[in-house]
Amino acid sequence: MALYSEKVMEHFRNPRNVGVIEDANGIGEVGNAKCGDIMKMYLKIEDDIIQDVKFETFGCGSAIASSSMATELIKGKPVSEAMKLTNKAVAEALDGLPAYKMHCSVLAEEAIQSALEDYQNRTGKKI
Amino acid sequence: MIYADNAATTKMSAAAIETMTSLLNETWGNPSSLYGFGQKAKEVLESAREKVAAVIGAQPRDIIFTSGGSEADNQAILSAAALGRQKGKMHIVSSAFEHHAVLHTLKKLEKEGFEVTLLDVHEDGLIRVPEVEEAIRDDTCLVTIMYANNEIGTIQPIREIGAVCRKKNVLFHTDAVQAIGHISIDVDRDNIDMLSASGHKFHGPKGTGFLYVRKGILISNLIEGGAQERGKRAGTENVPGIAAMAAALEEVSANMERNTTHQREMRDRLIAGLKQIPHSALNGDETNRLPGNVNFCFEGIEGESLLLLLDDKGIEASSGSACTSGSLDPSHVLLAIGRVHDVAHGSLRLSIGEEITEEEVDYLIRSVTEVVEYLRSFSPIWRDLMTGKKEFIL
Repeated sequence: MALYSEKVMEHFRNPRNVGVIEDANGIGEVGNAKCGDIMKMYLKIEDDIIQDVKFETFGCGSAIASSSMATELIKGKPVSEAMKLTNKAVAEALDGLPAYKMHCSVLAEEAIQSALEDYQNRTGKKI
Repeated sequence: MIYADNAATTKMSAAAIETMTSLLNETWGNPSSLYGFGQKAKEVLESAREKVAAVIGAQPRDIIFTSGGSEADNQAILSAAALGRQKGKMHIVSSAFEHHAVLHTLKKLEKEGFEVTLLDVHEDGLIRVPEVEEAIRDDTCLVTIMYANNEIGTIQPIREIGAVCRKKNVLFHTDAVQAIGHISIDVDRDNIDMLSASGHKFHGPKGTGFLYVRKGILISNLIEGGAQERGKRAGTENVPGIAAMAAALEEVSANMERNTTHQREMRDRLIAGLKQIPHSALNGDETNRLPGNVNFCFEGIEGESLLLLLDDKGIEASSGSACTSGSLDPSHVLLAIGRVHDVAHGSLRLSIGEEITEEEVDYLIRSVTEVVEYLRSFSPIWRDLMTGKKEFIL
């Protein structure tokens, strides 16, 4: 039995939206090196739409796959919708994660929330 | 495929498979039965005992066959503790980076009132003999120190530790699971009272192992029942497995010098190659090290993703990352040698086999270098290190 679903492995092997947005207007970083997972999300928001999103992740296979999937789920979406992204939605879109890896999807949710909060703080716009 | 996880388990040798299958087919009697067919199995069993004993310079009667290394560790430690308790000696000396079969048994004894001193293993992964001597008290009933570490491969000064124990009149047990069949062991030369071994670490079958117990030491049973193994380990003996283990051990021991000369050369080539990766570090002493063990930490990456990408390149390896251990903490061995969590998560153990080729070693170096570079390319920690926001540890 494989450790992860094929979807997780596919996103892990070919992560979407990897990298940095130089002129991002929302950046969020969660996790810590001690626990072995750090996720950093970069958002470029224009007219309340997430025009671009990129991520950097230090972590295990499911952390990288969760980051990748989360960026796909919010790219091109209104910020109000991105704000509602749950870890459950990320895990489901990946065809499930092992129970002890669910925290990776939580980190993805938190990283996006944190980047959106940063955007609110910078622009003063309420989402 | 390059199998570089021989410290986890090894492939059974042709000799072991041949021994096992022929016994399964032809000599499947119960060694306790008195008719000839049973006695034939008994002969096979006793011949295996002689072979195993000869390899470590022991007497055949001092070998108890077990289901593996963990059982042998449990039995040795619990027996010494039982003897200690009778004399009011309830202190045990061990080390911080023992296998869990030892550490968890010691934890259990602590709950029963024993006191345990875990020695520091220092940055090089080696125990200091004077510290063993200092740790031994009047009420110490056992010193248990592994012969070689399973993760970082460091070989401990067993002979000297054994001599100290002898001088202080304390029982000395060593978990030799990773060492036996790979380096020379002699229970008399090394002053060993009890030794644990596991068959599948030297090309024997899983579910086999043994405990060596020096004559005169009273062993307690883990499993009660029949009179097998001099009454010290009940249950009908796994004759095909035991004989296959003995065949494997005999073979690796006969070829040890040739095998390990080559293996050491390949190990050193691999270490030299991986050292070229910036901000990496070898874990454990470079020379006092098992011939097949290479263990590195790479800063800025996490071990599980490294393993998964190496698997895609046909390389099987292991890591001390928390994500591979199923707990939140990385390997207790890496923490014991002073690696902080941040870098312990980025560890890789390559335990190479006796027959690895130079081309394969070069492929390992190339692949690990590529994967580490790739994972660093989108690691936020690596970015912080490179932009000076964070200081390099390695």
